[in-house]
Amino acid sequence: MSKKKHEPKFHIAKRDALDWWKSWLIRICAVAAALIVCALVTVVLTGENPIGVYVKMFEGAFGTKRRIWSLVQNIAMLLCVSLAVTPAFKMRFWNIGAEGQVLAGGLATAACMILFGNKLPSVALYALMIITSCLAGAVWAVIPAFFRANWKTNETLFTLMMNYIAIQLVSYFTYIWSVPKGSGQIGVINQSTRSGWMPSLGGYDYLLNILVVAGLTVFMFVYLRSSKQGYEISVVGESENTARYVGIDVKKVIIRTMLLSGAICGIAGLLLVSGTDHTITRDTAAGRGFTAIMVSWLAKFNPLYMVLTSFLIVFLQKGAIEISTTFGLNSSFSDILTGIIIFFIIGSEFFINYTIKVHNSKKGEKES
Amino acid sequence: MEEQKNAAIELRNITKTFGKVVANKNVSLCVNRGEILSILGENGSGKTTLMNMISGIYFPDEGQIFIDGKEAIIASPKDAFDYKIGMIHQHFKLVDVFSATENIVLGFEEEGGYNIRRSAERILAISEQYGFHLDPMKKVYEMSVSEKQMVEIIKVLYRGADILILDEPTAVLTPQETRNLFDILRRMREDGKAIVIITHKLHEVLSLSDRVSVLRKGEYIGTVETAKTNEAELTEMMVGKKVSLNIERSEPENPKERLVVRNVNCRDRNGVQILKDVSFTARSGEILGIAGIAGSGQRELLEAIAGLQALQSGEIFYYDPETGEESNLRDKTPLQIRDMGVRLSFVPEDRLGMGLVGNMDITDNMMLRSYRSGKSVFVKRKPPRDLAQHIIEQLDVVTPSVNTPVRRLSGGNVQKVLVGREIAASPTVLMAAYPVRGLDINSSYLIYNLLNRQKKAGVAVIFVGEDLDVLLELCDRIMVIGSGKITGMVDGRTATKEQIGLLMTKTDGGETHE
Repeated sequence: MSKKKHEPKFHIAKRDALDWWKSWLIRICAVAAALIVCALVTVVLTGENPIGVYVKMFEGAFGTKRRIWSLVQNIAMLLCVSLAVTPAFKMRFWNIGAEGQVLAGGLATAACMILFGNKLPSVALYALMIITSCLAGAVWAVIPAFFRANWKTNETLFTLMMNYIAIQLVSYFTYIWSVPKGSGQIGVINQSTRSGWMPSLGGYDYLLNILVVAGLTVFMFVYLRSSKQGYEISVVGESENTARYVGIDVKKVIIRTMLLSGAICGIAGLLLVSGTDHTITRDTAAGRGFTAIMVSWLAKFNPLYMVLTSFLIVFLQKGAIEISTTFGLNSSFSDILTGIIIFFIIGSEFFINYTIKVHNSKKGEKES
Repeated sequence: MEEQKNAAIELRNITKTFGKVVANKNVSLCVNRGEILSILGENGSGKTTLMNMISGIYFPDEGQIFIDGKEAIIASPKDAFDYKIGMIHQHFKLVDVFSATENIVLGFEEEGGYNIRRSAERILAISEQYGFHLDPMKKVYEMSVSEKQMVEIIKVLYRGADILILDEPTAVLTPQETRNLFDILRRMREDGKAIVIITHKLHEVLSLSDRVSVLRKGEYIGTVETAKTNEAELTEMMVGKKVSLNIERSEPENPKERLVVRNVNCRDRNGVQILKDVSFTARSGEILGIAGIAGSGQRELLEAIAGLQALQSGEIFYYDPETGEESNLRDKTPLQIRDMGVRLSFVPEDRLGMGLVGNMDITDNMMLRSYRSGKSVFVKRKPPRDLAQHIIEQLDVVTPSVNTPVRRLSGGNVQKVLVGREIAASPTVLMAAYPVRGLDINSSYLIYNLLNRQKKAGVAVIFVGEDLDVLLELCDRIMVIGSGKITGMVDGRTATKEQIGLLMTKTDGGETHE
């Protein structure tokens, strides 16, 4: 061997479990690093003062009372969908069809409002809306679950395809129910009578939405942590073999969990249509079905942490919209900033799980 | 040291750590040409890590490697190959649909390009030289385990390796195949090759190697000449203290039929028949051993009894120890079996993939068996936590706390948790598949004692093992399974290893494992 070989400069090794405060320190550092990179990108691309940009972002989210309400409402909606997908992901069922499940629930709600609004007593109407929206979301989720449980079909593709069906169904009914006919828009449903609208509590339009989601958060936390069904979900997710070995009916758990997951997505659809938009369009779910996956994973499937992660993501979105209008920047710019920040946050998980060791370049010399 | 002059490979002060775990600490050893060196150590003593550093899979944190007296930097398997080092891994890395020859030349650039016929001739020449019996055109999927191993060995010889490292090569072989392999290795030694064999089987070390290097918990303990040592001394070096290697075997007390398996047939998902007309009886108060080459249907047999494997035909009868009532376990799910009052405990081969959930803590793993009890929709964590505490104390499980995920525990401790839980259910039938695989000597004997205690308590114990010496010491009767058929039932007190070895390869049809 004449060729001189060099030892590798560094290698990557798995860490032991970190103390919780150390891992949070890494995460905070990641956010700080992300803000610095964003500032650099801002200066280079736009020439604006980055501090001013950050101040505007903050104002965009918290600037006025109205904005704060809108922020919290958006957090609640994202959180609701995140809660819905969490049991599925905990079971390692890759449900990327929350978008469609939300739309299915929303479409059912809109149908009730349009067909039975002003005709049924409001209690009956609300009951009908709740039942049909849950049912619609659950059906949308259970179809892929049924095929997965019985024939091991790929749930990722299946749930994704179900999204397109839901979107096209909404398009179809938007045309059927459009007001005025042929306009291709449904417009605000029952605007004068407010029939089927979520009641506003104490004059706050979104308060009921927020309370419902808060209730769901607590429910999901307790369900996953302390209930027998939640325990079964964890076992099936970790190892289907172990589940079978201890006599858990894996098919039943998959189907039951997806029914629950879909039903909560249906509720999210209900809250969006009846409690927020009072109409339905193809964009009612607004990508939340996908963003929710990120919220859920970042929070490691803990519903309480999800409050934080959904706050973070909604805050970034709101702030980004604000700066793009104030500074007259292309709206894509805000997406760039959001992307950088999320990249850093996800990247920090690598440093929490792994450590990088740099080799001493002088061979044979022992380092203390 | 005169060894240094002609040492084929020498390690000096090699240290390697993974996180906080020190896998190797200041290990120094050397291998000469024309010599077989055994590296002996319990599981987790760092044998494989050390060899992986020689073969370029890991890079040492500290220390040097010398080849023929010159320092070598081995940063990749390619570098190792340039130094003529060949490693035969425990798990074979072969393409099933390729022939032996195709596998051997795969990824190897030869002068004159790819010529399968010429390669096959070279392979035959190598086979003849060292005494392999291998058809170069045979497809890997048609091969027995020992043939696959031969392909792996020829592969490194074909590439010109003269330093060979074999990682636990006999773990998957029958006694006859092992003897055959040893003959081949001896011929290679005569040819001047340096051979390192990793093992934890003492009798193999004594019969094959010239020198033995012992590792314990990552540290180098010493090297002795095989001719000047014995089993007791090696064990002491390996474990660090004197260990009595005797299993107390009591006479079965009042054995009664507990489990009767009659004419069981079953197929796997691909329709291949894995159990053929299997019939046997397991009696209370005795340990029934099951011997056989790995993958001969042992797992399916136990899973069939546990309700995890559908049967094509056949019956499985269980006799209640108190009432003597007969119940048929065929086509019952594990849950139904439990609801019938059959206390069947099962320690599966795949501990973390089946017996336990790796990411859950000890408490939640205890709960796997008991979480259903009670009408509440919520789980109660108090009783399983108490059970977890109890098992940790009783079986000396080394764990930071009951809240540690079991995958972070060492193999022996994982097994103690699993066996502890299964015994806690006070079973009437206890099935254990390879319960000591990967365990150190102390843990292994602890498990044997636990099984013996269950036997004394009147449990019908079924023990699937791979080490024939252990089977012969522990079991009252030994059933031998070969390719899904029961090929014999022998008395554990009178049978010999050779007798069992022959039964393991016996099949009543044409195909035989050579």
